[in-house]
Amino acid sequence: MTALLELHDARFAYGRRTVIDDVTLGVSAGQALGLVGESGAGKSTIFSLLLGLAAPHAGAVLFDGAPLDRRDRRMMRRFRTEVQTVFQDPYSSLDPRQRIDRIVGEPLRSLGIARGEQAQQSVADAVRSVGLDADALHRYPHEFSGGQRQRIAIARAIVSKPRVLLADEPVSALDVTTRIQVIELLAHLRAETGMALVMVSHDLSAVAALCERTVVLQGGRVVEEGATRDILDAPTIAYTRTLVSAIPRLPREA
Amino acid sequence: MTAVVEQVTDAAPRRRRHTTLGLGLGFTGVIVLLALVSLFWLPFDPSDISGGRLEGPSLEHLLGTDKLGRDLFTQLMIGARIALIVGTASVALAAVLGVAIGLTAAFARPWLDDSLSATLDVIIAFPVLLLAMLVVAVQGASLWSAILAIGLAMSAVVARLTRILARRVLHEQFITAARTSGTRLPGIVFFHVLPNIAPTLGVNLALQFGAAVLAEASLSYLGLGAPPPNASWGRLLQEAQGTVLTAPVGAIAPGVALVVLVLGVNFIADGLRDFADPTRRRSR
Amino acid sequence: MSLLEVAGLTVTAGGRRLVDDVSFTVTAGERVGVIGESGSGKSVTSLAVTGLLGGGLETSGSVLLDGTQVIGAPDRMLRPLRGPVASLLFQEPLTALDPLMRVERQIAEPIRRHLGLRGAALQQAVLGALNDVSLPDPRIARAFPHELSGGQRQRVATAIALAASPKLLIADEPTTALDVTVQDEILTLLERLVAERDMALLFISHDLAVVARMTERVVVMRRGEAVEQGPITEILGDPQHPYTQGLVASARALDSALDAPATPGVVR
Repeated sequence: MTALLELHDARFAYGRRTVIDDVTLGVSAGQALGLVGESGAGKSTIFSLLLGLAAPHAGAVLFDGAPLDRRDRRMMRRFRTEVQTVFQDPYSSLDPRQRIDRIVGEPLRSLGIARGEQAQQSVADAVRSVGLDADALHRYPHEFSGGQRQRIAIARAIVSKPRVLLADEPVSALDVTTRIQVIELLAHLRAETGMALVMVSHDLSAVAALCERTVVLQGGRVVEEGATRDILDAPTIAYTRTLVSAIPRLPREA
Repeated sequence: MTAVVEQVTDAAPRRRRHTTLGLGLGFTGVIVLLALVSLFWLPFDPSDISGGRLEGPSLEHLLGTDKLGRDLFTQLMIGARIALIVGTASVALAAVLGVAIGLTAAFARPWLDDSLSATLDVIIAFPVLLLAMLVVAVQGASLWSAILAIGLAMSAVVARLTRILARRVLHEQFITAARTSGTRLPGIVFFHVLPNIAPTLGVNLALQFGAAVLAEASLSYLGLGAPPPNASWGRLLQEAQGTVLTAPVGAIAPGVALVVLVLGVNFIADGLRDFADPTRRRSR
Repeated sequence: MSLLEVAGLTVTAGGRRLVDDVSFTVTAGERVGVIGESGSGKSVTSLAVTGLLGGGLETSGSVLLDGTQVIGAPDRMLRPLRGPVASLLFQEPLTALDPLMRVERQIAEPIRRHLGLRGAALQQAVLGALNDVSLPDPRIARAFPHELSGGQRQRVATAIALAASPKLLIADEPTTALDVTVQDEILTLLERLVAERDMALLFISHDLAVVARMTERVVVMRRGEAVEQGPITEILGDPQHPYTQGLVASARALDSALDAPATPGVVR
């Protein structure tokens, strides 16, 4: 199965400081991949590269097998339609001066996917599928809670019917009770649409809930990868073992 | 937690803001009314010198006459018109030029941004009046050279503010989200950056209005503004200064008018600040 | 007599109740947790307990810290309590430490003030304090906060908080901003120090698992109210209040994902 979106031997540096080196990872249609690592591991950089917001200094970003050319407008239009994203901070990722229907409809307008009636319908469908009422469409972001804003961000991400969803710590800024709801929403959407998912997280339990495969990053390199179950049950390298054992666990139920 | 405390201490003076806004609209309204009326009707012809010299206020001449016999109230009304024209035109010039330069600097590569910022800093360091005198020396004294000078000087301040506000917005995640939604630079500027900097910028421009009016008054006072009969209040002040002890109204009236207008506009700006960013308050 | 007795604590701001009629106690050597999500009023409570709330907030009720009434007390009466009786550890060490002061000076200040040491004795005490938090490297003493890692900064903040040997340590989300491995180290450090010095601990967090590790008894807060309190095992095993039940259920669902991770083809 060819990978839908992948990084190949990627290297990225800020000035003289190498942030990631020799990173190869990818996701195929319908799969879910977790990117796990602590601060400084290079997760955000990899995320930016996979999103086409920056180009690697060595290696390549491949989309449907072809190298991503950020100057090729047609390719980028198709890329942006099919690869969408949800960001970490629900309080910063929605334009406070725009109404929800405009926010969710932005990809449709900017990518020329749909206009007028058709666009309105797609926006209404997207908002409904994330569990929000139609009257949310005419409100502003500040009228919603963190969990609801994240749902709006997800609605914006799925309105173009993408094949891959990139999520950067989508639940880290949320309360525990909301976290599980958003995770379930993502799982449900994946099941319904067959969307692939790449999720960056420092929280292994969120990754465990959503991603069958996981890549562990440390110091800008991939140190371990495989099925999430295997990484949790039988990590092969010391760093992963430390990482897994450091996760705070609830005491076993009596 | 601190966000809650901030939110709470902001809400308290809301009633005070409404009073401020009301006062501001009132003060400014009076001057605007004077200016509007002056377009259709003036008590006397501006060059009519039939009234006695330096007469005090009377039923015929509400504020008395100046040293040439012209009605002061007429001149005050014309001055209102001039003040509003200067204020609006120079702020408009400053806004258009300043926002354009500020946005360029905000999006520019570091070297361009640095050069622009340094240039702006030099311009801002220059006293507005000195700059204005330079322009007027080149262009000759007239209403439009005053507007040009003041507008140019203010545009540097507007540019610097725009640059800072725009950069702050550009760091927000919704800008990245717009990029990944396929929105390109013009769309990002018009639909995301400008709407988000507009409120704060608007308040600043309102304050600049008052500064522009005062700057023009200073220029006219120094003889560098428009000559009579299109005399501004600053000019009136200059003409009245020799006789301020014997015929004080001639100096007090334009002075009070200036205060009323500038105070009024500043109050409006202050009152607007509350409306500038209510949507950004985080409701957790 | 309890070390900390909070009775009917209410904090109002502009008509809104940030903390609503909250009561709980902490006895000497006890480890009590406050669980709450955002907006629960847990941080406001911790500041109210040490009299550190700013103006514009009305506080009523009773807070007895080692017998002294905190509410309404003037600052000069409360200052001697901060340090020797109760000390605070915050979430963000970068803002809790003075960025312009070297680490050794920041640790020296409370030691000098509360223990009256000077010169060589002070120097020894500072190095000893750093040793206690497992930062024996002398270069760390001479460093500025921004030169240290997040975990090191939090250790320094801990050293400062413990400098005057408080009877009660109030920790407000001390590990939330840290990486998971560093969090584990800091929690281990706090466990050790609390046990060694026989301190009482008031541990505030939104993370149920962390609170379960660090405390014996828990107060659950929601929108300013204390909705339930009791031994951690009971709260986790048999929560009574619907909010607590929801909280525990969500936490368990996330926790159990670690034992049964997603597999291809299985829809949750």
